[in-house]
Amino acid sequence: MTLPQLQEPSAFEEYVAPTSLKAALEAMADGAATCVAGGTDLWVQKDEPGRTIGKRLVNIKHVPELAGITETAGGIRLGALVTMTQVLDSALLRKMVPVLPATADKFASVQIRNAATVGGNVANASPAADFVIPLLCLDAVVALASLKAGKVATRTIPIAEIFTGPGRTKMVPGELITGVKFAVPKAGFHAGFAKTGPRPALEIALVSLGFAAYLDGTTMRDVRLALGAVAPTPIRAHKTEAVLEGQTIDAELIERASDALDKEIAPIDDHRGSAWYRRRLARAYLTQELSNAVAG
Amino acid sequence: MPLQVDITFTLNGRETTLGVPADASALTVLRERLDLAGAKLACGEGECGACTVIVDGQSLNSCLMPAVDLAGRSVLTIEGLWTADGVDPVQDAFIEHGAVQCGFCTPGMIMQIRYLLDRNPNMSEDEIRRGLEGNVCRCTGYKKIIDAVIAAGRATAA
Repeated sequence: MTLPQLQEPSAFEEYVAPTSLKAALEAMADGAATCVAGGTDLWVQKDEPGRTIGKRLVNIKHVPELAGITETAGGIRLGALVTMTQVLDSALLRKMVPVLPATADKFASVQIRNAATVGGNVANASPAADFVIPLLCLDAVVALASLKAGKVATRTIPIAEIFTGPGRTKMVPGELITGVKFAVPKAGFHAGFAKTGPRPALEIALVSLGFAAYLDGTTMRDVRLALGAVAPTPIRAHKTEAVLEGQTIDAELIERASDALDKEIAPIDDHRGSAWYRRRLARAYLTQELSNAVAG
Repeated sequence: MPLQVDITFTLNGRETTLGVPADASALTVLRERLDLAGAKLACGEGECGACTVIVDGQSLNSCLMPAVDLAGRSVLTIEGLWTADGVDPVQDAFIEHGAVQCGFCTPGMIMQIRYLLDRNPNMSEDEIRRGLEGNVCRCTGYKKIIDAVIAAGRATAA
């Protein structure tokens, strides 16, 4: 018996699988490309009504310049193709930046982690993107490449500035994320990540929160606070950071910072949860992460 | 007519060449072009794990994998677990422990468990539960599945 062919909407008119960065950028240069790596977002979204996608499918998985976790002078680079499983398994990251494997551990499921990439989590620009949250706390920059006058041109954008709205970034047509870079935190750095939803696995965060600071006992400096799913993009909560900066963590400060955070975020009501509940969660996670910081 | 791309890959140990639609998922091609109906389409968005296959040693949701990306890879589906020596220890353990009710999640469960046991045959119950977070079963309550994984782990380690 021959089964009937499943008719999927016809979106792609060309397919290329480049094996160098230059070839990938050439395939994207006219702005008509759709890039795919892990596919975990794209293959769900590509057939959504009203979504416009480029007619040329560019499979970037075989571009060596986009691979690997590498230590640079004073920093670490995660190639765009690094999967959440690679983050989770990386001895380098476990030692130097444990918040990244800890976040990957809360990311979707094993099967998704085996496919989903660092670059994809940034490019998809979800307000609830999990991996973006610790990258915001690390002051990471996103490395981009495009083809200019036949040559590979690069630039960087701080991750805190790249998002312009749900699913939207400052990237221009033809531009590709090559990786993210950040300085290795020095001694005394503490960082944590919290998120939830109705079930622990495979959850699109109702609220996610990343907290990082250099701690001297219970006194914080260089405080970074990042949140997901409380605004049109993942955000840094700079006003709340200012309340915490240089202060000693105690119950009164936690209360004051929670009030500041409540004023700084703008969560929405949707089918996943109410704005009221998201505000409660943001307070609860800030309290939890500050308490964890005290507990060491 | 969607764009067709010719690909060659290793499917359950055998080199396979065919044309696949650029829009299709690996799952669609496995089920509807290659008549391998073990991997199941349920949610179609990576939430349920019924479509799990092992690609180059990594368990993946084949519903989210572009079929064109199969090119050059080595794919193991539930149909490939069977060997001349019989069924895989995971399959044996599922039979032994009655870890199957309706059976719809079973191929995906077994492939994910095979992947997990290849990485660590001595998982704790907590590690098993975490490893199966991406596989949904609506019948068994998971208890018998977890019993089967523990037994299969012993058989794999032995």
